[in-house]
Amino acid sequence: MSGSVGQPIDRVDGPAKVGGKARYAADFRPSGVVYGAIVTAAIAKGRIAALDTTAAEAIPGVISVIHHGNAPQLAYAPMDPRPIVDPKTGEALRVFQNDQVLFAGQPIALVVAEEPEQAIQAAALVRASYAVGNAASDFSHASLEARPPEESRHPGGKPGALRRGDADAAFAAATRRVDASYEQPAEFHCAIELHGTIARWDHDHLTLWDKTQWVDNDRTEMAHVFGIPDDNVRVISPFVGGAFGSALRSWPHVAAAALASLLVNRPVELVLTRRQQFSSVGYRPRTVQRVRLGADDNGRLTAVIHEAVAQTSAYEEYAEMVIEPPAMLYSTPTLRADYRLAPMNVNTPCPMRAPGIVTGTLALELAMDELAEACDLDPLRLRLLNYAERDENKNLPWSSKSLRQCYAIGAERFGWSRRPSAPASRRDGHWLVGYGMASAVYPAHRAPATAHAELRADGTASVTSAASDMGPGTYTSMTQVAADELGLPINAVQFELGDSLMPPAPVHGGSMTMASVGSAVQAACRALRAKALDLEHPNRLPQDRGAMQQAYARLLARHRLDCLTAETEAMPDDAAGRFSMYAFGAVFAEVRVDAELGEIRVPRLLGVYAAGRIVNPKTARSQCIGGMVGGLGMALTERGQWDDRFGKIMNASLADYLVPVNADVQSIEALFVPEEDPWVNPLGVKGVGEIALVGVAPAILNAIHNATGRRIRSLPATLEKVMGC
Amino acid sequence: MRSVLSLTVNGRAREDLVADNMLLLDYLREVAGLTGTKQGCDGGECGACTVLVDDQPRLACSTLAHQVAGKRIETIEGLATRGRLSALQQAFHEKLGTQCGFCTPGMIMAAEALLRRNPDPSRDEIKAALSGNLCRCTGYVKIVESVETAVRAREAAE
Repeated sequence: MSGSVGQPIDRVDGPAKVGGKARYAADFRPSGVVYGAIVTAAIAKGRIAALDTTAAEAIPGVISVIHHGNAPQLAYAPMDPRPIVDPKTGEALRVFQNDQVLFAGQPIALVVAEEPEQAIQAAALVRASYAVGNAASDFSHASLEARPPEESRHPGGKPGALRRGDADAAFAAATRRVDASYEQPAEFHCAIELHGTIARWDHDHLTLWDKTQWVDNDRTEMAHVFGIPDDNVRVISPFVGGAFGSALRSWPHVAAAALASLLVNRPVELVLTRRQQFSSVGYRPRTVQRVRLGADDNGRLTAVIHEAVAQTSAYEEYAEMVIEPPAMLYSTPTLRADYRLAPMNVNTPCPMRAPGIVTGTLALELAMDELAEACDLDPLRLRLLNYAERDENKNLPWSSKSLRQCYAIGAERFGWSRRPSAPASRRDGHWLVGYGMASAVYPAHRAPATAHAELRADGTASVTSAASDMGPGTYTSMTQVAADELGLPINAVQFELGDSLMPPAPVHGGSMTMASVGSAVQAACRALRAKALDLEHPNRLPQDRGAMQQAYARLLARHRLDCLTAETEAMPDDAAGRFSMYAFGAVFAEVRVDAELGEIRVPRLLGVYAAGRIVNPKTARSQCIGGMVGGLGMALTERGQWDDRFGKIMNASLADYLVPVNADVQSIEALFVPEEDPWVNPLGVKGVGEIALVGVAPAILNAIHNATGRRIRSLPATLEKVMGC
Repeated sequence: MRSVLSLTVNGRAREDLVADNMLLLDYLREVAGLTGTKQGCDGGECGACTVLVDDQPRLACSTLAHQVAGKRIETIEGLATRGRLSALQQAFHEKLGTQCGFCTPGMIMAAEALLRRNPDPSRDEIKAALSGNLCRCTGYVKIVESVETAVRAREAAE
């Protein structure tokens, strides 16, 4: 029987999406729903001295204006242990519980009205006056007092320091050196779906239709906010319109919607405005990294020193794995990596596609390009010279690593041998042409997950798990796994997700959905098939997929069963303690820079990835292309800009925060290197969602150097930087 | 103030009592119950709410419902015929022009408007026609391919 896993199966949810029938959080319509609009703080620190809601309340249709002066005190019971998606220290923002303002854009009131326009109009009429405090609003000041993450002192917390040997002495003794600082600005997820929630109370039970990458955790967090049992909260989220990490944790506006519904005794829909997306949910934190690389005359690394400072909020501490790539991507006898955080009066950052890893890899891969120049080596040659045959950070062998193949296939396909050997040496009309490359890496995670599988009287199967699908194709890939295990055709299997009443699933993030939920789906379907075989002699079950459905139907009928079910939890084994598990990749970029105008074009981008088994090459390739275009935005256009004086984000719209548009994208290609990994998980998958963003920006910036001779060390690489203004 | 709004939505004549300040987007989603049309920004930044008004693409988030009184409105829900996807929808499905799917309705409606005025567009014309529609998942490559596939499918059907 040929399997559907590995085949380019069409998206099973495609027809619903192209037909406008896929229902996202704000598309549900509980009867009697009313609309909320948030009022946000105009200062970065201080307290609300007075709030005048008279004009807002006079707008026809306004039902209530909720704020700290009239909201009840909520339980906000602490969660122990804290969910993996929440910062480990500090306290999440509590809505309308006191008069304190901790950042500009903080929700300070919520208007509820019969129609959306009434709520929006009234929200604009709420007048706040403030006692203004002294805000930490300037990153360059705040970073002077940066400190290691508090969580680094606790087991399992992200490290603030990594050490191997005496890197400072080795750097001082190195004959080839690079010492440079790289700046990555804050970046925003900018999924096209706005964050939104519909909340409805039925007596003491709360139902939330929410944009979330983790219905189970959303349920538990809201149960703690309101001090009610988990079972009294249900979260429904069948479709997520992109998120990239912004919907991992539960944000304050979710509690605000639920609170409003409680107070007005109607279902309340609250959709953030695009502007509010920049302050009511998180973002990739601004991070400055100083990298020092030391090498011998042959280009062998002797020292890696990596110092990173990132912003966090004044009320929570959000830490990332920025210093992991420098510790494991290349072989080096000595390492000193330090990661520190600068608290500011901003909203708390959060994971954004390949959190931390993309940041650390950016600085490392830019520095490696500079080292190649210092050693007079081809950048790809330098990487091969320093290839890590094992994980020197964890001191473990790789479960599998095919980065060498990625380099080779990528170089061949891209035509790397035709790279201009000297910077600014190739010209095509008014265009300066350059090639650049970078490595990509992302850890392969896995978490416990449970799936329920059911054979129905007609011989079809239904499989459920409280997973999520923000776009990569969870519905499709899980259907493939289930169909293969049960021996059924794709169209005889229905996979459903996104409801906290379903068996528990881990967070839809960190590229681990396929590894975790896929393994559970496989195990549940395998158990279900075993149950069916217990009832029937294997010889009487057909090999043909079309016939299997009828065989299951006959089997259930003969045994007078309405259905046959199995529910299985799939747990990670101990292999993660014996092997280091990562997906690897290589990214190649061609850049053209207008010699007179500084305009930067990227005519070609190639990503080659070794990420274990690819369940669906069609959806995986599309996911990678999309991630690479995210990297293009990171390289050339994306930058969240605060006004350092007032701590306010200045470009909080899609007209001012520039995500890539159609015209920016030319030839983009993603390839997969076949890779078998027997250790990583039963399916042998490593995930591709995160790694697709990693390495793209440094490949492009390295190509800009090759084209122009100019090193750009702060993102994005805009025209004025290329022109040297 | 409220007044009666008469228009045609997906071939069906409607009359509703609608507030003067109600956006076409909210009229379609909240009054007509057609939630296929999406909101992705605060006004004219993303294109997710693109619908057709008398065959022309229009941003429903930046249009008052009463501005299109008497006109012919088409939304994503109106493209399929008797449950059968249109060539454009089918191409977006097969070529993976949709990923999370949220920009998809607006993207398809903008492409539909293009194909009505220009049945055989070049790649550059496709990109120009979709220039007001943002997508954060696909990287646009598959979207452009989808439209090109639909063009060929429509030609083959003629």
